[in-house]
This record gives sequence, C-alpha cells and structure tokens, in this order.
Amino acid sequence: MSVSIQEHDFDLAAEQVALRSSSSKAGALVSFVGLVRDFSNDGKIDNIFLEHYPGMTEKALEKIIHQAANRWNLLGVRVIHRIGELHPNDQIVLVATTALHRGEAFAGCEFIIDYLKTAAPFWKKEQTGQGAKWLETRDSDMQRMEHWQNCTTGK
Amino acid sequence: MKIELLYFGRPGERLNISRETVDVPEGLSTLAGLLAWLRARGENWERELADNRVRCAINQEFSGLTATINEHDEIAIFSPISGG
Repeated sequence: MSVSIQEHDFDLAAEQVALRSSSSKAGALVSFVGLVRDFSNDGKIDNIFLEHYPGMTEKALEKIIHQAANRWNLLGVRVIHRIGELHPNDQIVLVATTALHRGEAFAGCEFIIDYLKTAAPFWKKEQTGQGAKWLETRDSDMQRMEHWQNCTTGK
Repeated sequence: MKIELLYFGRPGERLNISRETVDVPEGLSTLAGLLAWLRARGENWERELADNRVRCAINQEFSGLTATINEHDEIAIFSPISGG
C-alpha cells in the first residue's frame, strides 16, 4: 500500500510490475489512469494546474486505501497523483490494486478513485482561451461516491 | 488566541496568500465566526470567503462551519476540492 504525490510523470508498466511482484497470491491486477482532456465547457484546454494540501492529502488517501483494502481484501494498492502544471494527454493519477480475484481488484480500484475525487484535498485549475477557472467537486462525482455508501448488496 | 491559517485553491490565489498566523479576538470560537472576522478585511475577502464558496479543515480534517476552533489549530480555507 503506497501513496506518492509528485510533479514528475510515472511509468505505468513499471508500477504494475512492482505491484504484482509484491504478492505472489494475487490473481488479478487492475489499474486506472486518469488523463488530462483537451476540452472543457469553456473550450480548448491549454493546461491545468494541480495543487494539494501537503500532509492532509497523504492522510486522506491512506484512509481511503485502508477502507478499500479492508472491504475487498486487497493485497496491494498503489496510488500516484501528480501536481503542478499538466498538459492535454498527460497522466494525472494512477490507482492500481491487486487481489485474489478480479471482482475485488476492480471494485477496490473503482472505490479508491471515486473517493479520491470527493475526499482528497486536491484543486484543479483549467486554463483555456476564456481564461483560468478553478474546478469544483462535480455532482456526478458526489453521486458515485454516495453509491458506495448506499451499496448494501454484496460488499 | 493564536491560530495558523492555510489557504488553497481559488481563495489562496485570489487573495494572494498561502499562510499566516492570526490572533483572533476573544469570544471567537467557531469556523463560521472566523470566516466572518476575516471577511471584514475588505471587499475581496468578503467575496472570496463567502460561506457558500469555501470549505474548511481543522488540523487536517474536513470540518463544518459550526466546528469549534482552539488555540494553535491549523485551519485550512479552500474552494471545493477537485482532484483525480
């Protein structure tokens, strides 16, 4: 279980190798990579700027990972979130999970990214031809997070 | 009562401040009271720190406006989060 917040890019393949090497019991590895889009409601995106709250962000992510690991018996988790200036097509975030079976790895991965978007202190500013705009938590992201709280069937 | 203030996201940028130590007046005991006190600094502060535009954390835990503040707390004031 490890968390990194960094300006530099990450190597997805290398992260997957490291994660699967850490447990020979894993039967499944799932990874999600969030990317910078080149469009928004305000037009073409030139770049985005990501800020975080040093200390609190790491704590919040560790709490989310801990919840997911307990709920789905995850064997390994790797989260990397980039900060600073990013450009269209850049990788922003990696969430990778390993578990005995794919169902747990998929669910754990989805839970972590859904919670990250609503409970980890990051701020994203989009720069378009219309100027700069700080983005706010979207209703659709809140609904995805709440889905996990209301999910009483299965796990 | 001395407290440490941190600013992130839109209010940090618009008010051009990332951190400060403030000595709040006697009797001021909640986040709502702190925000109201900061808003008295001027028009920009009044606009950027409107209750419905900001979120807060006390000692690195998200906190509602009715939460109590104490001496030496680390209080962060920011726009709604948007990571991932």
